Amino acid sequence: MSETPAEKSDPLRVLYQRAGRIRDALFIPAVTTVLIYCMLPVLVFLSLFIGRYDVDPVHVILLLAAPVVNLLPENVAHIYPVWSAAEANVIYQIRLPRVIAAVLVGAGLSMAGAAYQGLFKNPLVSPDILGVASGAGFGAALAILLSWNMMMIQISAFAFGILAVTVTYLLSRMYRTTPTLVLVLSGIIVGAFFTALISLTKYVADPYEKLPAITFWLMGSLASVRYEDIVMIVPFFFTAAIILLLIRWRINILAVGDDEARALGIDTKRMAQTIILCSTLITASAVCIAGIVGWVGLVVPHLGRMLVGPDYTKLLPVCLLLGACYMLIIDDLARMLTNAEIPLGILTAILGAPFFAYLLGRRSVGWI
Amino acid sequence: MDMILDVRKAGFHYDPVRTIFSEISFSLAEEEVLCILGPNGIGKSTLIRCLANLNPLCAGTIQLHGNNIRSLPPRDVAKVIGYVPQAHEIVFPFPVRDFVLMGRAPHLGLFASPGREDRAKADAAIDLVGIRKIADKPVSAISGGEYQLAMIARALAQEPEVLLLDEPTSHLDFGNQIRVLEIIDRLATEGLSVIMSSHFPDHAFLTSNNVAIMQHGSFMAYGLAEEVVTEENLKETYGVDVSIAYSHTVERHVCVPHRAGQCRCHGHHEPACTGERPVFRASIR
Repeated sequence: MSETPAEKSDPLRVLYQRAGRIRDALFIPAVTTVLIYCMLPVLVFLSLFIGRYDVDPVHVILLLAAPVVNLLPENVAHIYPVWSAAEANVIYQIRLPRVIAAVLVGAGLSMAGAAYQGLFKNPLVSPDILGVASGAGFGAALAILLSWNMMMIQISAFAFGILAVTVTYLLSRMYRTTPTLVLVLSGIIVGAFFTALISLTKYVADPYEKLPAITFWLMGSLASVRYEDIVMIVPFFFTAAIILLLIRWRINILAVGDDEARALGIDTKRMAQTIILCSTLITASAVCIAGIVGWVGLVVPHLGRMLVGPDYTKLLPVCLLLGACYMLIIDDLARMLTNAEIPLGILTAILGAPFFAYLLGRRSVGWI
Repeated sequence: MDMILDVRKAGFHYDPVRTIFSEISFSLAEEEVLCILGPNGIGKSTLIRCLANLNPLCAGTIQLHGNNIRSLPPRDVAKVIGYVPQAHEIVFPFPVRDFVLMGRAPHLGLFASPGREDRAKADAAIDLVGIRKIADKPVSAISGGEYQLAMIARALAQEPEVLLLDEPTSHLDFGNQIRVLEIIDRLATEGLSVIMSSHFPDHAFLTSNNVAIMQHGSFMAYGLAEEVVTEENLKETYGVDVSIAYSHTVERHVCVPHRAGQCRCHGHHEPACTGERPVFRASIR
């Protein structure tokens, strides 16, 4: 940081530069932090007002406040139902579970993507790198083909997602070379295999009922999420997310290099297994309630890195928040843009791809 | 004298047909600097990786304070041995300070993040190698010499007793080579033991008290620098004639290579370059 003599001699200029530096040091981090932390509650709140069924905004606020306020003694404060049963139903049975699901799916996929990018030392890795999405997609397609009920479709998707990653992992253990590279190659093999099986399922499916159902499921949607679905995935989801958050500082070291991590006393094999297990549980859970939603796990970690840098102690929590916001915005657009629901997978890619191109163009990502 | 590292009849091969090295024995005392010389691809890096407990030996033992290194938990080894690998590309642009802080890993629990004390120790390591000025720059934006120093600082943050350096001066310009060697020298006088590999015989005179010349999969010569780095040994190792002279200006011995065309040596002529790395450490980029 050397200044030329000319710059030093001009006191006004020095003053101006100093002021600029102080502003940069205080203002920018403060603004981003406040934005990152406040955006999620605001978006969650706003998302409850958005939808095709017209609910009076005042009623929405009253509906949301009622369960809390009505805990107080009735003579202190009480909210009497001025809303219709349909309105209450829309808010509590449709919009609220949908918002919760969007938060979980977005946060989870982003964290899983960020963790994988560190593990594989590659910023272009997404959570489905080991084949979890294709596996889960086949699980769901098979279940739809066999006319299983909604619950069984989700369980089948989850199980096949886990199965695909297990096969990938076991396959990679058969070769005795660079572990991460072989893992990625195995992931491509397993992914291709399950993608072919999905195509086969579609090919044999009844084109009037089941084929559209499979296709629609594969494009991803949160339109029919219920509380039961959320309750089903929450245990996996939270356990995996908490473990990832706990080991997040060590992901830094893994992202620098395997050898160096081992020389620093880290059991890299155990670390890799932990990250793969956690990310797979999260991604499989997300896929089984939302279908295949691409791009989130790829784009959001980059956005996070631009805001707070590559340090996982900050990056992982920021990814959690940003991912949730991103997914909420996508889901809001999915229900707002047209009269019919737009599948999530389409929106994440249509918005995600140009956004990603823009991020790369800014060249502030560091690794390019 | 108390020995930190004791290597007995160490041997290693990736493939049983091709032995990298065998029957290597030596020990390292406190505050000793051992310089391993040898041509490219002879197995210096592999030996250092074995000493850092990254590759298991195929024969023999490495004892760390009297315990077999393989029987110790990796974390305990990392508290005694700091490993500085050859410079390689890092994908994510961590700031130098965060990069050095990673050296605290062996002292932290599985779920712990570094605290204030760890940060202070990382900063002390940064000051020790003199890279405070670039502490906030990303590692992708610093020079090769600064990166080498950052890696040494990270190893120092481990608070090790032994520092293993794999070709610490490769890829560095003349001035930076000397600067890095001086820092290594200073660390040794401050109580650290050092094992470093190099393919510049001159470096042996600059820093070390003991020198091992690695050739044909074993130590061809091992002992004090002045006794081991001789014109005959260097000719046999590198296949070129070298004159060793005492310079009164710098008050030490210096190696001056002759031009390869002027080689007076006959008989077997070792190809100097056979590819440094036995295993290609690829990763997707």
